[in-house]
Amino acid sequence: MDPKKVVVAMSGGVDSSVVAALLVEQGYDVTGMMLRLWSEPGSEAENRCCAPDAMALARRVAAKLSIPFYVIDARQAFREIVVQSFINGYTHNTTPNPCLTCNRHLRWDFLLQRALASGADHLATGHYARLQATPNGVQLLRAVDQHKDQSYVLHALNQAQLQHTSFPLGTYTKPEVRTLARKFNLPVAERPDSQDLCFLGASDYHAFLVRHAPAAANPGPILDQHGAQLGTHQGLAFYTIGQRKGLRIAAPHPLYVLQKDASRNALIIGPAEELGQAELVAVNPHWISGQAPEGPFRAQVKIRYKARLESGLVTPQPSGSFHIRFDSPLRDITPGQAAVLYDGETCLGGGTISSTPIPNPPE
Amino acid sequence: MTPQNSIYLDYAATTPVDPRVLSAMLPYFQKTFGNPSSVHTYGQQAEAALENAREKVAQTLGCRPKEIIFTSCGSESDNLALRGLALAARQQRNANHILISPVEHHAVSHTAQQLAEYFGFELEYLPVDRHGMIQPQVVAEHLKPSTALVSVIYANNEIGTISPIAEIGAVCNARQVPFHTDAVQAAAYLPLDVNALHVDAMSIGAHKFYGPKGIGVLYMRQGTPLLPVQTGGGQERGRRAGTHNIPYIVGLAEALALSQAESPARTAQLVPLRNRLLGQVLEEIPDVLLTGHPEQRLPNHASFVFKGLDGNALLMALDMEGFACSSGSACKTGSPEPSEVLTALGLSRSWALGSLRITLGHANQPSDIEALLKVLPPLVEKLRKLG
Repeated sequence: MDPKKVVVAMSGGVDSSVVAALLVEQGYDVTGMMLRLWSEPGSEAENRCCAPDAMALARRVAAKLSIPFYVIDARQAFREIVVQSFINGYTHNTTPNPCLTCNRHLRWDFLLQRALASGADHLATGHYARLQATPNGVQLLRAVDQHKDQSYVLHALNQAQLQHTSFPLGTYTKPEVRTLARKFNLPVAERPDSQDLCFLGASDYHAFLVRHAPAAANPGPILDQHGAQLGTHQGLAFYTIGQRKGLRIAAPHPLYVLQKDASRNALIIGPAEELGQAELVAVNPHWISGQAPEGPFRAQVKIRYKARLESGLVTPQPSGSFHIRFDSPLRDITPGQAAVLYDGETCLGGGTISSTPIPNPPE
Repeated sequence: MTPQNSIYLDYAATTPVDPRVLSAMLPYFQKTFGNPSSVHTYGQQAEAALENAREKVAQTLGCRPKEIIFTSCGSESDNLALRGLALAARQQRNANHILISPVEHHAVSHTAQQLAEYFGFELEYLPVDRHGMIQPQVVAEHLKPSTALVSVIYANNEIGTISPIAEIGAVCNARQVPFHTDAVQAAAYLPLDVNALHVDAMSIGAHKFYGPKGIGVLYMRQGTPLLPVQTGGGQERGRRAGTHNIPYIVGLAEALALSQAESPARTAQLVPLRNRLLGQVLEEIPDVLLTGHPEQRLPNHASFVFKGLDGNALLMALDMEGFACSSGSACKTGSPEPSEVLTALGLSRSWALGSLRITLGHANQPSDIEALLKVLPPLVEKLRKLG
């Protein structure tokens, strides 16, 4: 029988290169593919995910492994879907996570389709997460390496996508992966991990927004919780809940962004004690099982990619969205980010943290 | 899929080196390795090889040996011709107008654009017909007293169309305007006699006709003012500085002679295959157009556009099935923008993005075309569904 065909989403980084090497070693018929993504004109060279030198690295890895490698141009789709929703999110005073959009609409739509069309059985990526087939479908589990776990950015994948996906690194730690890269003699073993948003390059999102959504630079008052004006902000889009630096206000104690009040174009700030919130509402939920759970139920929740797991009570709402009451208040609940739910190791799914204030919290 | 069990159908991108060419080159790497500019015997032997090669090329092109400038590739030849002719024409007769076709290779068009953008030349594009052909009458209508040079591609790389170079050359000669042609694609199949073609400058590159990569020629008619672009030592009569790449120069001369001698036989071998391919693709696949001229085209060249299809996805899928083809030019990363050549023909974006170029060569057999024709129609159908 012919070996199973698998496409590896390669980025020129350590993780996806090791995935390709592992699958070749396991006897799969491996093809490398890389999405060419949009960068702001002028900053292509700095785009870590898909700059020409990342492409060249991936190509060298593919050559080393004797596998075919193709670059698929997704610049237009990336600009129209991922970058636009990033800009829209900020101009609506939320803090979006473009990696979520990219995974959902680019990697697991655009790329997966092309992989399957090429006759591959599944798409393998270098994400740190695990998949488990059960009689009730595929479950998404957290990675063995808790520091690297990326299930958060994968929580919006559905059963049809997960059935054709594999995460070979889910059982490895990052140091083990680096060791494997050296063992396979891959030219990427010592490459640092990627950090920043790929399409911003060296520029910060503030400058990016000014260029692409000039209307975001809409100054307004900075108010304390009692409505007294303390200063002027440069545009709500440029601030994040919990932010302390860059407010340019002299005060005897540290002040934090508490709320963005779009109706008054006001930035509400206050002391750290005021920062915590014990509840949130998440909209546009996605459930990995395909089935909305019955509630209320207790779960662990991540409110940002790098946040700690927090315990709380989840109550699904009739509208489909869900409400979470945390056991203790959290300081950085940020509208636009995803609230991702876990039952132990299993990622259940998640939703987008709503920017609408919660008037009367349900009991 | 390893290249060994895949069928190569991209000879316009490049060709393998003919074994006879390779063996002609080999002595000049280690045995006769001298610098032809040196006085000693090593140098003399290398210089003899250089001048023999120059003589051989000159015979093929029907010109004098001193009209041959060895360069590093076809693109360099185009650069030297455009920049060198334009700057000299401005200096000598205050000519400021550059006339090129809209279907030039980027080596010509980007050089002309730079001359316009940074050096103040006035750049004008000649209209083309829907086959991408440039008519001599159109050139005559666009010539001005201030025209520094005209450059028209002999045979187009993307669509294979052959323009009437001799007639265009005659028009330019009559008006005493230097005429350059990019003959990089034409050289493997078409006559190259510079006098019959009425060209003042002509670019070729060896790797398109079974010679090595990294070596080209610019033919430059004696007496045509040319400002050198690469300065340094006095090589190539001061027109192109740099130590001569003797093994590659020898290889180019050998490959060109062989190619010109054998091109009628290769044409006879490939035209039936190419026509079979053209006919069947146009008949069997819906919403497909031939790009370029149906008859006045390179004998090994077939090019299409498929409506509503991602040409890059098609190339990838074909490669996975074991067929090495191209979308039009040898660009690896692919671009979401349609080719300028295809849009110059009046094709809309939804057509121009779905381009496929198949260019045949010495190793292709009828069975290769049979195999491709089995795979292509279902692949096109499948990828169209993908959108």
